[in-house]
Amino acid sequence: MKKLLSIALMAAMLLSPMVMPALADDPLQLTMFFPVNVGGSAAQLIENMTAEFNAQNPDIQVQPVYTGNYDDTVTAIQSSIGTAGQPDLFVSLATQRFTMDDTNMAMTLDDIIANDPEGQAFIDDFIDGFMLDSYVEGGHIISIPFQRSTMVLFYNKDAFREVGLDPEQPPKNWEELVDYAQKLTNENRFGVAVALNSGSAQWAFTGFSLQNCTNGVGLMSADGKHVYFDTPENVEALQLWLDLQNKYHCMAPGIVQWTDMPTQFLAGQVAMIYHTTGNLTNIKNNANFDFGVAFLPAGRQWGAPTGGGNFYITKGISEERQQAAWKYIKFMCSTENAAQWSIDTGYVATRESCYETESLKSYYASFPQALVAYEQLPYAQPELTTYNAAEMWRILNDNIQAAVTGEMTAAEALAQAQQQGDELLEDYQ
Amino acid sequence: MTRNAAARRRKEALQGWMLLLPALAIMLVFTVYPVFRSLYLSLFKYRMGKVPEWIGLGNYEQLFSNSTFWKVMRNTVVFALMTVLPSMALGLMLALLVNRRGRHIGFIRSSFFYPSVMPMIAIASVWMFIYMARNGLFDQLLISLGLEPMNVLSNKDTVLPAMAVMYDWKEAGYLMIFFLSGIQSISQDVTEAAAIDGATGWKTFRYITLPLLAPTTLFVSTIAFTNCFKLADQVIIMTEGAPNNASTLLLYYIYQQGFTNMNYGRSSALTVIMLALLMVVSLPRFFSQDRKIHYN
Repeated sequence: MKKLLSIALMAAMLLSPMVMPALADDPLQLTMFFPVNVGGSAAQLIENMTAEFNAQNPDIQVQPVYTGNYDDTVTAIQSSIGTAGQPDLFVSLATQRFTMDDTNMAMTLDDIIANDPEGQAFIDDFIDGFMLDSYVEGGHIISIPFQRSTMVLFYNKDAFREVGLDPEQPPKNWEELVDYAQKLTNENRFGVAVALNSGSAQWAFTGFSLQNCTNGVGLMSADGKHVYFDTPENVEALQLWLDLQNKYHCMAPGIVQWTDMPTQFLAGQVAMIYHTTGNLTNIKNNANFDFGVAFLPAGRQWGAPTGGGNFYITKGISEERQQAAWKYIKFMCSTENAAQWSIDTGYVATRESCYETESLKSYYASFPQALVAYEQLPYAQPELTTYNAAEMWRILNDNIQAAVTGEMTAAEALAQAQQQGDELLEDYQ
Repeated sequence: MTRNAAARRRKEALQGWMLLLPALAIMLVFTVYPVFRSLYLSLFKYRMGKVPEWIGLGNYEQLFSNSTFWKVMRNTVVFALMTVLPSMALGLMLALLVNRRGRHIGFIRSSFFYPSVMPMIAIASVWMFIYMARNGLFDQLLISLGLEPMNVLSNKDTVLPAMAVMYDWKEAGYLMIFFLSGIQSISQDVTEAAAIDGATGWKTFRYITLPLLAPTTLFVSTIAFTNCFKLADQVIIMTEGAPNNASTLLLYYIYQQGFTNMNYGRSSALTVIMLALLMVVSLPRFFSQDRKIHYN
């Protein structure tokens, strides 16, 4: 697939006017690579917003190039950097920031921000929880929050009523989670589901780790150079998953796929799911039962992972191009656009000022479930992010799966993850 | 006279080289150069954006002491065992089945061949609906029979067999074509003689068709082996190697090391290992070219 994609991409590059040197009078041509992880309409929205930007700025023409999912996009960027077809800016996971910095794919934005009279105010307006994972070594800003999400608990109120639970009282902590999930389980339905496939397990686990940790940081240090997988608290968190499956039998055994979970929830086969706010619109449109959205049940404290994609500017492009890219980013992340983007997609609006807009206010008034994600943000922290993030994800995911499939105990799996993680980060410590 | 002959020979040689040149150039650029480049890079510690650092056989040492690597190698071999013979047997059966005249035989042949024309990505996406947990066709079938759903893709013991079944289905039609042309090139005289001597269908197949098909079978087995090592698409679509690398195959592992982890040194070392594996698999065909396997 990726091979095809890169061929298509190359073809697109060759055919686009981008590779021809811009003439003096022509508008400045910029290319942007972007991924979409939540379905097709978001790609159309990005193209519409970009068309609006291009119309407002006749001297700049941004061409968005859809490059598949997040992984595909990283591959596309990586194989095009340094060639004529390289993007000027791109959207990639916030968790890629150390890698983007370390591999010199993206530039730090401090100078651009400092030279822009509105720069600091623009940055300050972003919600702290989302801005947290924009920083790299030395406190430099490398990315700007764009399509950001967080994890919430979706629950089936009808099922709650059926088993005598109060539909307005979702589980507040792990004990209630275990208790309710058992009550909700019957031969046609599991009580709860957490996606354990590679690429999803680490996200949910960040949440459970934050809920249970005593060090306040969960899985990793803020500088991305250390991981803390094998703490007793994290072992407890993983043990909870295993117990939900094997001891309380209220979570499907084995590895439930992220993409299967909404279907199962909508079909009434599972009563509570840990999933992204990005799925809100889908569930709202397709649920034929009364559903609620809640904070993730707390352990020692509330906790939830944030995730999603940020804007990056490619390192080494000309000053003029940097400025044009920055202008575009500011447009895409403006209060109005960020608010509308949130309403249209289900992503969480990234700026404090968004929540003052009429559009978002009336949206929340008509659909209060959407507000839960925003209210949970003060307790949310970035998902697992380190140097060599992709490989680190894989290490944690593989070992979690080893525990889930019964090859190892929770403690053994996390000890092995710790050892492999330490080896991976050795060069940076 | 001799001078003329020599000149002509030179001219012919030149012509020959000219004719070879395009193919040779493409081979050099796209096959030979990358092979040596991989060999060279495999001796470096080299990640994206970093200066390569010579570590000799360090990448290989790391791999050989890495349990995931051995798991991947084991998976690759197991997958080969589960796909090569079954898909060949199935292909041969199909070939025997469609080796006849009839009104709809063209349609039937193309139906069997059809899966192999479809891209693996499309096939894997369709089979996802079969293997999907609980709501997939397969689990629904089990449930309707009163059995427990298996969720085959998330179980470390069933994920590779599940992929192998899909692959056999796709590959059999492709191998069928080779067997069919092999069968049809067997002289009618031989089979007629056997029929006169009173050979039954099975005996004809066992003592006439199968032995005479040997060159085809060897060729097909080489194709089948090399093909099954060159697979990554369905792993990307269906499992990304889960659970805990139970479905990670060598090519996917190379891809993952190179393009996801951006560890070019390690992925080059894996590529070299892959090349060695492919060479070992192709050796029998290379050496038996004119041996016993041919009857004429």
